[in-house]
Amino acid sequence: MSLLVKKVLGIGTAVIVVGVLIGLYVASWATSFPETVAASGSATTTGVSTRLTLQTVAAVGAKYSPAHPDWVSYLVQSHGKWIHSTDYKVPANSDVQITVLQYDGDSGLRNPFLSQVQGTVGATETIDGKTVNAINPEEASHTFAVPEMGILVPLPGVAEEAKDQCEFAPCTMAEAHRTITFTIHTHNKGRYHWQCFVPCAAGFLTGGGGPMQTLGYMDGYLEVV
Amino acid sequence: MAEPNHARRFTVLWVVASLIATPLVIVLLGPILPPGNGSQQASGHVTDNTVLLAMATPVLLLVVIYLIYAIIVFRQPKGGVLEGPAVRGNQRLQTWWIVVTSILVVSLAVYGTVRLEEDGAGSGGGPSPVVVPSGKKLKVQVIAQQWEFTYRFPEYGGVEVPHLELPVNQLVELHVTSLDVIHSFWAYQLGVKADANPNVDNVVYVKPTHEQTFEVRCAELCGIWHGAMFDHGHVVSQEAFNTWIAEQQTKYAAATKALPPYSKTYLPEPTRRAE
Repeated sequence: MSLLVKKVLGIGTAVIVVGVLIGLYVASWATSFPETVAASGSATTTGVSTRLTLQTVAAVGAKYSPAHPDWVSYLVQSHGKWIHSTDYKVPANSDVQITVLQYDGDSGLRNPFLSQVQGTVGATETIDGKTVNAINPEEASHTFAVPEMGILVPLPGVAEEAKDQCEFAPCTMAEAHRTITFTIHTHNKGRYHWQCFVPCAAGFLTGGGGPMQTLGYMDGYLEVV
Repeated sequence: MAEPNHARRFTVLWVVASLIATPLVIVLLGPILPPGNGSQQASGHVTDNTVLLAMATPVLLLVVIYLIYAIIVFRQPKGGVLEGPAVRGNQRLQTWWIVVTSILVVSLAVYGTVRLEEDGAGSGGGPSPVVVPSGKKLKVQVIAQQWEFTYRFPEYGGVEVPHLELPVNQLVELHVTSLDVIHSFWAYQLGVKADANPNVDNVVYVKPTHEQTFEVRCAELCGIWHGAMFDHGHVVSQEAFNTWIAEQQTKYAAATKALPPYSKTYLPEPTRRAE
């Protein structure tokens, strides 16, 4: 085998190896989605109900997001543990009761129109035990909105002067929070995106970058199955 | 054998083909050209696209027929390796080419300007559009935000709604703006596309001509859920619109109370966190 052929074979092999490694890295990155968390089902007096418990935190912490520990985020409860995922699975044609433990302070809505509850059962939400159909737009911390399903739930923030504010997730019930509950009724199967409408990304231009633009923090999917 | 007059042969071929193809394009393709006839402005787009296509057809044929003619007539004979004659400039041809293409381009520019001035052509005219169609107008504000369009009706108590309905045969004055980044309001079947910029009132006129469902999209890459800024709007009868808007006023009464007074633009405080 001539030297030239050996050189060509060597270079060709190296190119193929590097190409395969790059391909594996890209494939791994492109297929790495957050864990999908299924809502839990339980029997109630009115029939089978599905529950989803979420937590919103001002800073997700290094435990859940080493790359972005100070980003605002949603967490979801699964088998008693808090998981950093924004991909939730719920059954079709069902009532789903969603509880949000809201640990973050207010940022205010840019569009006050989004301060009215839309698309939930009864077009209301319950905040710390009180049922309302709208909140003060200035007090909004986040929203849980599924535009394609017509669902919009504004979430009020924790008062600035509240004691025992949670610094990093996961936050505990002992720390200052608001408890928001609402029920949505799902219809057709599908994958619907949900998002926060409050520009809540601290440190980013007009609050719209970082966690607002990255899947897995302030937005995700509601998989109706 | 004497060399035939290629210029004459080619010209005859081209003229005949153009005379056949251009009317066919107008008659057969014209009616199916986008965006359809959902509004006066959309119909105008169809007419404009038909004119452009009709003008482009002879140009296309000129290129294609010459290509085919050259391949067939000027092909190299088998076995022969011939060097063609050196080609120098042809002043007459160049002059004709410049004159004809200039006429085409200038006439298109004039045509486009005239058409734009007729009814605004469904495009944003900025805060003070040069062209203002006459007649009673229904004002609707289009508010873009990441990632949803909402619509405010100043003549109906300033109510804001998440979906758009418009009355048929009613001239509508859309005021397009944004609360955050640059979006673009695109109502395809209505022939409307207007940039939505923060703190800018971009006015566009449209007159839907029949009851229909139309698509609303954002036509400016605006973030992770840009593709989700999609909805269906409806053009309905005046009676159905009256009923619908009254229902919306009741349904969104709580939100309407929280809204600031109607304004042509809004400059919302940036999030307190981002400061």
